[in-house]
Amino acid sequence: MREITAAPVEEIKQKYAYVTVNDQQTIIVPVDKLMEFMQGIKDEFEFEYLTNLTACDYPEETKLEVVYNLNSICKGYTVMVKTIISRDNPAMPSVFPIWGGANWQEREVYDLLGIVFTGHPNLKRILLDDKFDGYPLRKDYQWESVRE
Amino acid sequence: MLRTQEYILNFGPQHPATHGVFQVILTLDGERIVKAEPVCGYLHRGIEKLAEARTYTQVIPYTDRMDYLAAMLQNWGYVQAVEKLMGIEVPERAEYLRIISGELSRLTSHVLATGVYALDVGGFTGFLLCFREREKMMDLLEELTGSRMTTSYARIGGVADDVTEGWLDKLDKLMDEMPGYIEEYNGLITGNEIFQARTKFIGKLTPETSINYSLSGPVLRASGVNYDLRKAKPYGIYDRFDFEVPLGTNGDCFDRFYCRVLEMEQSVRIIKQAIEQIKEVDGPIIAKVPKVLKPPKGEVYQEIESSKGIIGYYIVSDGTNKPYRMHVRRPSFINLGYLDEMLRGYLVADVVAILGSIDIVLGEVDC
Amino acid sequence: MLENLFVGTTDWLRSLLGGIGFLPTEIAESIVLVVKLVAVLVFILVNALWLVYMERKVAAFMQARIGPNRVGPWGLLQTTADIGKLISKEIIIPKKADKVVFLLAPVLIFMPPLMVFAVLPIGKNMAALDLNIGVFYLLAIASLSTLFFFMGGWASNNKYSLLGAMRTVAQMVSYELPLVLSLLGVIMIVGSLNLSDIIAAQEHTWLIFTQPIAFLIFFIAAVAETNRCPFDLVEGESEIINGPYTEYGGMGFAMFFLAEYANIMVVCAMATIMFLGGWHAPFGLTFIPSWVWFFIKMYVLIFIVMQFRWTYPRIRVDQLMGFGWKVLVPLSLANIFVTGIGMYIYRAIGW
Repeated sequence: MREITAAPVEEIKQKYAYVTVNDQQTIIVPVDKLMEFMQGIKDEFEFEYLTNLTACDYPEETKLEVVYNLNSICKGYTVMVKTIISRDNPAMPSVFPIWGGANWQEREVYDLLGIVFTGHPNLKRILLDDKFDGYPLRKDYQWESVRE
Repeated sequence: MLRTQEYILNFGPQHPATHGVFQVILTLDGERIVKAEPVCGYLHRGIEKLAEARTYTQVIPYTDRMDYLAAMLQNWGYVQAVEKLMGIEVPERAEYLRIISGELSRLTSHVLATGVYALDVGGFTGFLLCFREREKMMDLLEELTGSRMTTSYARIGGVADDVTEGWLDKLDKLMDEMPGYIEEYNGLITGNEIFQARTKFIGKLTPETSINYSLSGPVLRASGVNYDLRKAKPYGIYDRFDFEVPLGTNGDCFDRFYCRVLEMEQSVRIIKQAIEQIKEVDGPIIAKVPKVLKPPKGEVYQEIESSKGIIGYYIVSDGTNKPYRMHVRRPSFINLGYLDEMLRGYLVADVVAILGSIDIVLGEVDC
Repeated sequence: MLENLFVGTTDWLRSLLGGIGFLPTEIAESIVLVVKLVAVLVFILVNALWLVYMERKVAAFMQARIGPNRVGPWGLLQTTADIGKLISKEIIIPKKADKVVFLLAPVLIFMPPLMVFAVLPIGKNMAALDLNIGVFYLLAIASLSTLFFFMGGWASNNKYSLLGAMRTVAQMVSYELPLVLSLLGVIMIVGSLNLSDIIAAQEHTWLIFTQPIAFLIFFIAAVAETNRCPFDLVEGESEIINGPYTEYGGMGFAMFFLAEYANIMVVCAMATIMFLGGWHAPFGLTFIPSWVWFFIKMYVLIFIVMQFRWTYPRIRVDQLMGFGWKVLVPLSLANIFVTGIGMYIYRAIGW
């Protein structure tokens, strides 16, 4: 796989002292600094395109990881940003004010993983029924006929 | 007291223009739309959850069932993500076969989109004319992959099968005829005065909104944003081909439609070049991969350009033979996110025109 | 012989009834009239069936397929089989529908075309009724069908039906106007409202040559009147499912469906009479009977209407209204004006 230009992860790291970068060049942001960081890299590094927003459940570590994949259309690079929130109180700010594309993706994450995005204009279940109980993509979700 | 009253119209889930089971709850003032609330999920099968209980190879057929109109592109995106995770080098011939079958899939999808759009605005003949060519392509796809729609042709590390004798010539012949057929569509559909009156300046999208709302594919490019992953971040061997990225100017329904028509021409070009080049490439069609796939611990996000837009696969591996988590960025799903604002102020007839121009596949929206 | 086939039959029937002797003339006449009207009814139904088949074949050939070819020779019995299927279906009445109106609408929908055909001269001396104010009657009756569409749409108690019904009313009201105004030119030239007189006036020059613009306006408005593509917003399938017919199944739907074809026949017959010289044979080809000429002309027009349908997409409702009021109405008014001036000049010259 050929990247046109590597994302300026080092620069981002230097600019925002609170972020950490893992060996896969993924930027990990603490959740309380998320909005500030996202707005910052959107404005300064031109990550104007939020391609993907999803989350993953890690029950052993009692955490949920929320993943943002950002692209820069004019610069051509891409970066993965992660933030970690606690499993017991899965609430975090919505990035909808920054990228409108988060609209349905956050609803989907809320629907399937139960993460509450505060500040989202219309946080309702999107794929499942409104009366559906539980969040199926969490690892501890049990559905009726468990198939081994 | 005499007053006008807004009323609610359930557009779908069973409606000929929603291309499947998709519902838009329209609040109407006469025929004018005040508010539109899209409701999806009628076709939700939980593919992401299902994938967690399947081995990496077993997931491939599930990806077909998302965008069943361009199944090969879905397969391709998935296997590419797994290959990136495992660091597998794909043989050159397999890359060519992926390009050929992928672009053929894109063609079938775009031909269908063109025809169905003609049907959406009321022209039935365009619909059936497009099906005529689609059938020919389907036959070719069937001969190559064994299946018309749900191809499951890509394998992790390569493709399932090599081409049969004479298949490339048949494809070449069809690709020679294709520009003529596209001309026919242009004559019947694109050039039609009523069609243009119905689609021009309807559902306009500015480049800024398109980018902000993460729209992709022809929907994004119709508003003038040059962002085609095949050019912007050439995956596979797309950098070896000479093709252009058609762009729109107004970002209206007509541009979205016409972008697809122009993309068909480019796909034909790519396939023609690939047919030329593959004849000189010999070798295996699948890399040496272990029987049981156990990717190393880690995660990957890989995206390719599907016919509807950018399809991305986010896969987390925990070192076992099953994905720990798989998420798909579905272009149809995200392109629909702006539907409410797009529809406001237009007429009921425009709902059909706008929805059709986004070109959604409900299997993909609902996953 | 062929020329007088139908007229001869009527005369024979009349003399047969007269020969019985004890029947008063009035009763004999009314029996003849009933027979004539039944013949018209049968004629329309058979033609509607044939038109459904013809439309499917035309569509098929335009769309690079074969069309119906299984039932009967060349699929000729396809429509019969379809109607048979539809008759055997259950009539479903929606729970909240207005039952009386709901059931009445598909019954009444056939009335206007039948009533119109009663006065149409389909050959030399071949009008079931020769009305003095034929054109007036024709226009009055033809626009009645709006009411039945609206009845169906309203009674269904379905929002799509209601939307369709509202569209019918809007469409018919705004296209009735250019339709009537375009005929005004014809009436001014001929100076009579009698259909036979209008045909007689076209013995040498068809009115399409003296009133080409009126013909175009009339034809467009007529296509709109019959809710045919590109003006098929009323049943705009991809928008409002099927408009007023959404809730109808079985024979109710079939009636609406056949009435559409009967209406096409009516407007094409009207266009033939008003502009294409009715049953007059062109180029002196009088060895072909007059009524055959009438049908040839009518079917050519119907064929064109079918071509429209399978070529054009559907126009939008505001464009439809705009086209009707901003283009067709002013154009038809201008046409009347020009016709008047032309007639004045001709008269002044003394032709």
